Amino acid sequence: MAAGHNPLEQFQIKTLVPLEAGGYDISFTNSSMFMVTTVAVITLFMLLGTSKRALVPGRWQSMVEMSYEAIAGMIRDTVGSGGKKYFPFIFSLFMFVLIANLSGMVPYTFTVTSHIAVTFALAAVVFLGVTVIGFAKHGLGYLKLFAPSGVPLPVLFLLVPIEIISYLMRPISLSVRLFANMMAGHVMLKVFAGFVISLGAILVPLGIFPLAFMVALTGLEVLVAVLQAYIFSILTCIYLNDAIHLH
Amino acid sequence: MRQFSTAALVLTGCFAVAAGQAAHAAEKTGLPQLDLTRFPPQLFWLAVTFALLYLLMSRLALPRVGDILRTREEKIAGDLNRADQLNRDADAALKGYEQALAQARAKATEIAARTRATIQAQADARQAEAEARLSAQAAEAEASIRAARDQALGQVREIATDTAAAVVARLLGAQPDGAGVDQAVAEELSRRGVK
Repeated sequence: MAAGHNPLEQFQIKTLVPLEAGGYDISFTNSSMFMVTTVAVITLFMLLGTSKRALVPGRWQSMVEMSYEAIAGMIRDTVGSGGKKYFPFIFSLFMFVLIANLSGMVPYTFTVTSHIAVTFALAAVVFLGVTVIGFAKHGLGYLKLFAPSGVPLPVLFLLVPIEIISYLMRPISLSVRLFANMMAGHVMLKVFAGFVISLGAILVPLGIFPLAFMVALTGLEVLVAVLQAYIFSILTCIYLNDAIHLH
Repeated sequence: MRQFSTAALVLTGCFAVAAGQAAHAAEKTGLPQLDLTRFPPQLFWLAVTFALLYLLMSRLALPRVGDILRTREEKIAGDLNRADQLNRDADAALKGYEQALAQARAKATEIAARTRATIQAQADARQAEAEARLSAQAAEAEASIRAARDQALGQVREIATDTAAAVVARLLGAQPDGAGVDQAVAEELSRRGVK
């Protein structure tokens, strides 16, 4: 099988500019390039869209305002007024994941969020941040999160370990969900693209079936890209709500 | 139906081969995602780019959007306030207008009543005057009629006496006794109700 047909080849990280600092490899790679692209796209989207500061927004400014209000509304609904401080972070997180996911849907691009290193780093920042906020707000009282009130003592022996484990699993489930979704979608697309060629080589009309499937799958993957960005940020909001209000 | 089953068959085949291919590729080269030597550059650049994004969003983009939204909200609230104020002004003006109208109407009614009273009084005075004049004239006329009648009646006796004397003289051929004629005429006149 040729290298180009390997469905995992698209996830290969290739060094573009080798760099090293303190013995660590910090080379500028294709992944780095798409991270920079993502940030650039978001910044241009936000700044150019609002450059006119129109009282009655045009289409572009409306999109910027909609994204602003969607995230602001999400924080207001799940966290309440205490979450306002974290709005810039959650907005950046949502936009970063969303644009990274969507730009990965463009052929020949690299999907930053299809790497567990990236998604786990993001999830770890969320997890550590939420934990720090929780302890800063409630002190050791934050540990009450693991022992819901009104539960009989014998049940607590079972419940507390479960709660602790589920709390510690948060960064893993958060990161694996995003990474696995993105990776699986791209592998599927790549494999079916290969089938269009190989089946078409046998008999041209046969290639139509995987091609039609690919069209449908592309639509689904765009949906997944948006949905996963939304899930990532709303789970962040829910964790943040736990840290701010306990429960 | 046959096309559908062909498609289903082809797609099922594709899935089976795809699973095998992916597994084979992973076995051969390993998942690129699990290549630990590629973690540091990813983490470093993620930190750099995400920090940059956070700074750009929190310092530049989001305050700007927030500003735009706040300005719009304030403008709308201000406009609504102004509309409310104007509405109230219009209501006040309408009330003032109605009040002025009512006042004017009352004044007009009063003037009309006063004018009517004045005219009535003048008419009454004129009528009274006319009546007085007429009754004076009537009284005067009555008096003159009475005088004329009295005078006429006073002459009636004389004429009657003369006539009676002449008739008697003609009939009898002799001059009647004056006193007797007077007496007869007086009797006859009183019988007829003439004084």
